Amino acid sequence: MYKLTVEGLYKRYGDIEVLKGVSLKARTGDVISLIGASGSGKSTFLRCLNFLEMPDAGVMTLDGNPIRLEQHGHGLRIADQAQLQRLRTRLAMVFQNFNLWSHMTVLENITLAPRRVLGLGKQEAEERARAYLDKVGLPLRAADQYPSFLSGGQQQRVAIARALAMEPDVMLFDEPTSALDPELVGEVLKVIQALAEEGRTMLMVTHEMGFARQVSSQVIFLHQGRVEEVGAPAEVLTTPRSERLRQFLSGNLK
Amino acid sequence: MIEILQEYWRAFLWTDGYGLSGLAMTLWLLTASIGIGFVASLPLSVARLSRNRLIRWPVQFYTYIFRGTPLYLQLLICYTGIYSIEAVRAQPLLDEFFRDALNCTVLAFALNTCAYTTEIFAGAIRNIPHGEIEAAKAYGLTGWRMYIYVIMPSALRRALPYYSNEVILMLHSTTLAFTATVPDILKVARDANTATFLTFQSFGIAAILYLILSFTLIGLFRLAERRWLAFLGPAR
Repeated sequence: MYKLTVEGLYKRYGDIEVLKGVSLKARTGDVISLIGASGSGKSTFLRCLNFLEMPDAGVMTLDGNPIRLEQHGHGLRIADQAQLQRLRTRLAMVFQNFNLWSHMTVLENITLAPRRVLGLGKQEAEERARAYLDKVGLPLRAADQYPSFLSGGQQQRVAIARALAMEPDVMLFDEPTSALDPELVGEVLKVIQALAEEGRTMLMVTHEMGFARQVSSQVIFLHQGRVEEVGAPAEVLTTPRSERLRQFLSGNLK
Repeated sequence: MIEILQEYWRAFLWTDGYGLSGLAMTLWLLTASIGIGFVASLPLSVARLSRNRLIRWPVQFYTYIFRGTPLYLQLLICYTGIYSIEAVRAQPLLDEFFRDALNCTVLAFALNTCAYTTEIFAGAIRNIPHGEIEAAKAYGLTGWRMYIYVIMPSALRRALPYYSNEVILMLHSTTLAFTATVPDILKVARDANTATFLTFQSFGIAAILYLILSFTLIGLFRLAERRWLAFLGPAR
């Protein structure tokens, strides 16, 4: 039984076809890294999973239940808004640029969706928020600060706590360390690694090859909108079969 | 100077013996028009940015008209223009409303400031970083929830410096009210001048009152900004 499956996902922007039939199957506890050159469609793929981008074709299931889509013009649209809402509460996204709500304190950032979408009480949501703040290694006094007073690494850890506070089934990471100064990357990767070891199901777009190799159960290499190679990280990253992956890896050795 | 103050201090501050006048009237004009304008501009600013042209265009047309014509003209139309229409006088409710100078003045002021405020708020909504809206969507905050919890709180805070300008300008604009016989500070000053011929003193007192009002408002807005714009960061 798969937690999340995607079959034949297509996405085009005007004349440019970004995704040409990408598929993926994730079991509970899987950590899947999506790698590929920029423009390969890996971020778009991740954004299609919670419908921040609307795919043009494809089938997706969560816990075996298909997400109901209907034909709309040349593409698709959501047939059931309530289902989309539920889906989004179960897939929590961590963005490249953190995308914290800048006018809210750290605590408000973490409690907003649990309170207003999941319907938690204020106190319960705040207890949950503090627990996850602690988990991502932020001091409790950070709770009352605005994001702009924190470093990039701290902001991204707040964003991870915000995702965790939804207690999601699957966590989506969209290049979580790409916007960080090099010396701040480590602290964020450490948090993500701890989450991976806990057995959380995660999909991660990343450029950190060493990290992908260390934490993933599966690596997917995307090239020009297609899955070029997929498999265990040791296999895919050490003995790449395709010339393209070989080239990509030699340019990304770290 | 002393005689003006002895004779007119009550009128300058709150009453001319018949009703509100002077400072109290100016404050009432300001709060009523700003209050109505603020409340109405919240939904209008959202409508102003609607993807649906049938919603967006009427609002755009409204702000275009009211920002494109002088307030004095708008006041004249509200006060004398509308009441000269037969159909308005025939309608008891409208007749009642437009016969009163204060109603017409507040209406004109509110419509005017609402148009400017709508554009200010719409601009602030447009300036919210796109990623924050995306994050709201990704966490299931869609539709009205996104507006109530994410977009409007952020936009109103960001709009604060521009909005405070609009309020100060509106305060100065209330001086037009005397042309519709509303006894605001300026009207009292003119009465004092006509009665005593102490022109400099009469208008000087009015100027001081407006200055005090302006600086109080600016101070209040500065406190508000310190509190609600702190999120912009230490670099500010």
